[in-house]
Order: sequence, then C-alpha cells, then structure tokens
Amino acid sequence: MASSGLKIAIVGGGLAGLAAAMKIAEAGHEVDLISVVPVKRSHSVCAQGGINGAVNTKGEGDSPAKHLDDTVYGGDFLANQPPVKRMTDMAPEIIYLFDRMGVPFSRTKEGLMDFRRFGGTLHHRTAFAGASTGQQLLYALDEQVRKWEVGGKVTKYEGWEMLSLVLDDHQVCRGLVAMNLQTLELKSFAADAVIMATGGPGMVFGKSTNSQTCTGSAVGACYEQGAKYANGEFIQVHPTSIPGEDKLRLMSESARGEGGRVWVPRDPMDARKPKEIPDADRRYFLEEKYPAYGNLVPRDIATREIFQVCLDGAGVGGENQVYLDLTHIPAEVLTEKLGAILEIYEMFVGDDPRYVPMRIFPGVHYSMGGLWVDFEQRTNIPGLFAAGECDYSIHGANRLGANSLLSCVYGGFVAAPSAMDYAKNVERGSSETNGVHAAELARQQEINDSIINSEGGENQYKLHEELGKVMTDNVTVVRYNDRLQATDDKIREIQDRFKNISINDSNLWATQAVPHARQLSNMLNLARVITLGALNRNESRGAHYKPDFPERDDENFMKTTIAEYSAEAPVLSYEPIDVSLVEPRKRDYSSSKKKA
Amino acid sequence: MTTNAHIEKKRLETPPATIKFKIQRREKEGAPAHWETFELQYRRNLNVISALMEIRKDPVTIEGKQTTPPVWDMSCLEQVCGICTMVIDGKVRQSCSALIDDLLLASNSDTVTLAPMSKFPNVRDLKVDRSKMFDHLKQVEAWVELDGSYDLGPGPHISNEVAQERYAFSRCMTCGCCLEACPQYGDDNYIGPQAIAQARLFNMHPTGKMTAEDRINGLLGDDGITNCGNAQNCIQVCPMGIPLTKAIYETNRDITVNALFGWLKK
Ligand SMILES: Cc1cc2nc3c(=O)[nH]c(=O)nc-3n(C[C@H](O)[C@H](O)[C@H](O)COP(=O)(O)OP(=O)(O)OC[C@H]3O[C@@H](n4cnc5c(N)ncnc54)[C@H](O)[C@@H]3O)c2cc1C
Ligand code: SF4
Ligand code: SF4
Ligand code: FES
Repeated sequence: MASSGLKIAIVGGGLAGLAAAMKIAEAGHEVDLISVVPVKRSHSVCAQGGINGAVNTKGEGDSPAKHLDDTVYGGDFLANQPPVKRMTDMAPEIIYLFDRMGVPFSRTKEGLMDFRRFGGTLHHRTAFAGASTGQQLLYALDEQVRKWEVGGKVTKYEGWEMLSLVLDDHQVCRGLVAMNLQTLELKSFAADAVIMATGGPGMVFGKSTNSQTCTGSAVGACYEQGAKYANGEFIQVHPTSIPGEDKLRLMSESARGEGGRVWVPRDPMDARKPKEIPDADRRYFLEEKYPAYGNLVPRDIATREIFQVCLDGAGVGGENQVYLDLTHIPAEVLTEKLGAILEIYEMFVGDDPRYVPMRIFPGVHYSMGGLWVDFEQRTNIPGLFAAGECDYSIHGANRLGANSLLSCVYGGFVAAPSAMDYAKNVERGSSETNGVHAAELARQQEINDSIINSEGGENQYKLHEELGKVMTDNVTVVRYNDRLQATDDKIREIQDRFKNISINDSNLWATQAVPHARQLSNMLNLARVITLGALNRNESRGAHYKPDFPERDDENFMKTTIAEYSAEAPVLSYEPIDVSLVEPRKRDYSSSKKKA
Repeated sequence: MTTNAHIEKKRLETPPATIKFKIQRREKEGAPAHWETFELQYRRNLNVISALMEIRKDPVTIEGKQTTPPVWDMSCLEQVCGICTMVIDGKVRQSCSALIDDLLLASNSDTVTLAPMSKFPNVRDLKVDRSKMFDHLKQVEAWVELDGSYDLGPGPHISNEVAQERYAFSRCMTCGCCLEACPQYGDDNYIGPQAIAQARLFNMHPTGKMTAEDRINGLLGDDGITNCGNAQNCIQVCPMGIPLTKAIYETNRDITVNALFGWLKK
C-alpha cells in the first residue's frame, strides 16, 4: 500500500484508542499503537451493562435531543454542551456500526437490536450484548484493527509503557518515549501527532472497580509536561460493588435496569435470612425517596443514599452493606440477560444471586475528569490529542451509565480526523534531527536509573496502599475541607518518602518494580490534582458532595476546573462552560423531570 | 419454570493458620527453572492474586531468604481479560478467580502450587508470551469485512437465537487454557481450538458468511483443523464455556460440504 507519509501514535488500545486507530488506518495513514497490555485485554473488557444511543426502536419517542438533555442534566450542568450534542447525535450510527461489525447484541423477536433501561433516563436506550458489552465492543474494534495490522497500516507495540511526551523547543508534541516492559529498553516514537487513550486513574484510590492497568500514569506524565488536567475532583463512586481483598468488583447498573431492588431490613440486626424477611419489614429506601426513578436514580445519588444508610448504622447487620435483590425475577431471565455479571458475584462471593440477595457497597469507578481538550479533542499542547476516559469532555459532574463506552468511541472518532488534519499541516522542520528525541530518551533513562539505584528502604507497594486509603477515606463520597487539606499533606509526605524507595528486585528482566514506581510517582501528582480540585470547589455538584456546602452554586462554580503542573502545587483556574443548548436547571429525581 | 433449588457452596470450615505458596521461578526465558516456597497468614477471601501481591511486597521465602518478587500478569481481576492465566495446583486457569479457600478445600492441604503455562515462551516466573494466539486470529481472518466504518445504517436482521449462539463464541478471552490442555497443541504444528472457534463465530454471521471460505482456508494447512484428535480436553478447561468441540465439528462439516459441492452451491 502506498504510504501517505503521515504517522500518528496512539497510546492505549481500549475502545477509544482502537476507534481512532481504525479511522486513521482507513484513511490510509499509519498508526503506531502503544499499549501496556495486549490491546484485546484492555480495561474496556470490564464494561458490562451496555452502550447508549437514542435509536428509538421501542416507540417511546426517544431522540438524540432527549439523550443530550439526560446527559447534561445527569452531569449536573458541568459539561460543555456542544460536544455532548455531537456525541448523542452520532450515537445511533455508532451503535449501527458495531452491529455491522458483528457484535452479538441481544435481539428482539423481529431480529432487531434490543435496548434496556439504564440509570438517569426513562427510555430504553442501552444496547447490550449479554452482560459483557464492553468486551464485545472492544473485540469488534480489536478485530477491525487486526485487519489493518495485517494490511500494514497499524503497528502494535504491546507490552510497552509510555513514559513521557517528546516536546520540541516550542512545546509542540513530536512523539513519545515508551519502555519495553520485558527488557526495560527505552524507545522514542516519532509521530506527526499523538493521541492519548489511556483510560482512567482508578488505581490512585488503591482499590476500585478498575483494572490494574488503570493508573492514569501516562496522563499524569502529560500533565507534568504541561498538559492541562480538567475537573480532576469529579470521581464517580459506583453505588453497587462487591468489596474484595484485591479489588472492588462491579455489580453493573444493569442489575437494577433489569428490575433489581435495593433494600435493607428495617431492623439491621434482623437475624432472618433475607428471603424470609417480609416486605413490611424491608426498607426500599431508593424507591421510597425517589418514586419516579426508584432504583434507577443517577449514580451519585444512589451512592450517597447507600453510603448514608450505612453511615447511620442501618446497613445489613450494621455493616457497610445493603441488599441488591434480583430474586423476584425468574432465574432463566436473569441467566440470559445478566448471566456474566451474576457469575462474577457467584465466583467471588459464593452465593448465587438468582436465589440470594447480593450484598453490595459503593466503590470508586470512573473519572469524569481528565486531560483538558477542546471540542475537537485537542489538548492545549499542539500535536497532542486525547480521547476516552482519559479526557474530561463529556460527563460533567457525573456520568450516566452506558454513556462511557459511547463517549470513548465518539472521542476516538473525533480525535482521529482532528489529529490527521493537524498532521497534514504541521511544520515538520528538523525536529527529528535537532535532538529532542535523544534528549527526552536520556532524561527518561536517568529517571529509571535513579529509581533502580535508590536504596532508601521505603516500600513502594506500602506507599501505594497508604495513598489509596487516604484518597478513599477523604476524597470520595463525602468531602470536608479540613480532611481534604490533611489528605494533600499526606500525599506530599508520601511524595517525599517516594524519593527513598528501594525497588527490592535485583532481576531487572521483566521486573514490575520499575514500572510500578514510575506509575506511583505519576499517581501521586494526579492525587494532588484530585484532592486540591475538591478542596477548592466549595459547592456540591454531581459526584462532588460537601455537607458544608450542600447546594450547587452556578454563579461561582458552573465552571471547568483546570489544573496546571508546577513543582510547588497544581495551579488551579476556572473556565466558563458552554450551556448554549440546554438551560441549566436544578436536578430533581423524585418526580419525572419536566422541561426547565 | 424456575426452580428454587440451588446448591449451597461448600466452605472451608477449618482453615490452616498459614498457607504455603510453592512458586516456579525462572529468571528469564531460557534460564533454568527452580521452586521457591512462601508462607502467608491465612485470611478469608484471599485469591491467588491477592496472595501474590502480598508476597511481592516483601519477598522472603519460607526459609527466610530474601529473594526477588515473583512476576506475573494481571489486569481486570474479574476473569474477563484472560491475562492472569497460570497453572494452579496442576490445573490451568485464571489466578484472579482462583480462591484460596476453594483450592485448599479441593487439595485438602495447606499448599498452593503455581507454575507458568507450559505451551508458551516463559518470559519470567509466572509470565508467558501468548502473542502467537493473536497471530492465529490473523490466520483465520477473524473479523467481518466492512466496506467502511462510515454510516451505512444497521446491520442485518438476526434472530436472538443466532445472536446468543454467537455470543457464546464471542466471549473467548484468548486466555490459552484450551491450548495448554490440548494434547495436539505445541511446537507450531496445530493452530488449536481457540482460532477454530473464532473462525466459526464469524462464519455464523450473515455478513461474515460471505467470506467464510477465506477463514476456512486458514484452517486447511499443515497446522490446520485435521490435527485435532478429538480428545475434548479443551472444552473441559475453557473458563468461558466456549463450545469448542461444536465449533470443530461444525467447521469440519462445512469443509466436507465444501469439498463435495463447492462454496457457491452451499
Ligand atoms: C467494571 C466496569 C464496568 C463498566 N461498565 C460500563 C458500561 O456498562 N457502560 C459504559 O458505558 N461504561 C462502562 N464502564 C466504563 C468504561 O468501561 C470505561 O470508561 C472505558 O472502557 C474506558 O475506555 P478507554 O478506551 O478510555 O480506556 P481503557 O479501555 O481503559 O484502555 C486503556 C488503554 O491504555 C493502555 N495504557 C494505559 N496506560 C498506558 C501507558 N502508560 N502506556 C501505554 N499504554 C497505556 C492500556 O493498555 C489500554 O490499552 C465500566 C467500567 C468499569 C470499571
Ligand atoms: S478436541 Fe482435543 S485435540 Fe481437538 S482441540 Fe480439543 S483438546 Fe485439542
Ligand atoms: S476458547 Fe476458552 S480456553 Fe480457549 S482461549 Fe478462548 S476462553 Fe480461553
Ligand atoms: S486478571 Fe483478567 S482474567 Fe484474571
């Protein structure tokens, strides 16, 4: 195939990265695809519930305009609205494309795609493939990109971890440096444009519903090199996860979408088995408080209610757990619609949720914040683009269920042409020869060497645990300014101690110690962005809740938080948002929402 | 009708005070392997990965010898990415979903043995390189041919029955358990059941069918489907319950039909 001469490097092969790779290859350009894990194993496989699009096959009068309204309303009016509109307009065609790629979506009797309900909407808008939609969508893109790999357009570098950007003297992005995770070899990748698609930062909180690869490290590196990070303080805590030693496993919202009910016994110490407790002795607290949306209120609200119930000592057995109950639904219906996620519960807890109510508690799940991008997915660094969970652009203060897979694909589909346009016009100059790549390589090698040679005795895994704990305790569901300040102090203490780690691995071949140290250092920077963003935002909006400032404050805070790196502390500023399409109004899920 | 009968899970009633982990170590590919044993306090709800995380924090063997941290792969921790596969107490499976209580109950001992998969290059300790499996997907052209990714409306109507059947195949997470267990797989002489099942997945799709011949061609070479000895080991170890032997049977049937009548007449 004739080469166009354009080379675009994509970091990350989840839904966003693969979506962009497919578009660029299809346009005839070349892609270097860099990923920590083989792309088919990216975190996107974890997504269970589905992908939203107002295809309106159920005669409900659904439309992209309603999807837009639900999204910005659910996001508590913090998202710029034009990109959200573009996404909800594009959603039906994205879903159709996946259908053509062969995703085994669940179907209706007529043989059309079936749609289910998800949180924050009254419409059946969520297409799904069993209960492993993310896996199925990721595989479809993986297959298409493999075809382009065979066609010579895409070169994969799997088992490579990006460490930094290569910036020229004018702060223009000319490529990146990555490390081979087997040999620890460093290599610079020259590119006309770079797209970041590295997913979320769940590991900053130690335990979350995210994969172990979701460190946010690559994005932290970009931030340190001058990329703006936006809305970091908006961290979604999912209402229903299964607490575990190594991670919090998600119980998808689709369990409630299919009719799952959340309740606690009126007497927390009720000794009867849950099935033996009659309705009169149960408290369906979400249904009682939010009659219109019931168990399907948006996540931030469900999370806070469950959290509060447990805080009040009303959790099952007085502990941090409530019931999520599916047992009123016939077992074979559950098996067909939710099989995969019910298996997860059974596998890790032992009880069969078709017969025994599940015990769940909220868990850190998703970052609405991320790299700042404009409406064409461009970051503030020329030549650097971002898409997927690692950009901040769509979900405002709270993400609706099944909107993320959509925003990842949308982001990839917009970033790709945007990066190609840029690459066509960029001045090439002599960036290859003026030594910026060599200089960045040397800088990164130095950092690696200093980690390898450091022998201060601090244990990096223990530091990571300390970070996770303090972040989970103070920067999740309920936030107080004094504790946020104390958290920042603690993070800085960990940063100091990090300088004295010993990696404890004398065998550098395929060692995990050096990559983990690199990740931890970046996670600490992001932790400060998240914490100080929260400290500075004196209001409550979406996932960000401060009992001392319980109201939304549009006058002062209907603004994007922007963090820029400085060695001292993140420099915060605020940018007004574009609310030209849907007039901001108060969120109220106790009745079905009417026009503003 | 639904039946309310379900089996209560058997639980470990009298756990040992400590658990031993016997781990196969290898410095790098080609280096000799040796074993090291580590000991942890018993805790409820441990899985193999959380035990490995605990060991990696401070790698000291049961003899008190400071050693290097064991290396293994992990990502999703919910048995859907396939990366953490290893041989646990002699059985190939995912380490994230291997609960210590269940292992001890099954082996009736206080020791868990961990080794890398044997059919793939052993990078270090418990980490292997399975890139060959992705190459096999290229060989069988495991994708639907599209005219383009631009908007062309919805795909073909498909019955829910076919969708569900395809879904069962589409859950394959390329973990390699089936290849580890297959007596015929090894030394590049057989492509193995995973790729055959993926070819089948696309040959069942209305659009995919149109290029079925290309996929089948990828299975007719020396390393092709005829190497299957029908031992059925594969299906017994597949964590996703992929109907592997059905895929092999149906693909063989397609090949026979083709040999007799040619693709166009099918
Ligand atoms: C359990 C769970 C269930 C979910 N369910 C749903 C759902 O039903 N619907 C929905 O819409 N959303 C859901 N989400 C959210 C959604 O899955 C994610 O937001 C989305 O998959 C993120 O995709 P991505 O492409 O941005 O990144 P990811 O899929 O996370 O991929 C990141 C990629 O970047 C690579 N990478 C990371 N760092 C580096 C580095 N330094 N160098 C090189 N490569 C790197 C990784 O290897 C990977 O390939 C769920 C999330 C979780 C945790
Ligand atoms: S049936 Fe036997 S020989 Fe054939 S693929 Fe399965 S394990 Fe291998
Ligand atoms: S068929 Fe089953 S065992 Fe084989 S790779 Fe796929 S999921 Fe693993
Ligand atoms: S870590 Fe993904 S399958 Fe075990």
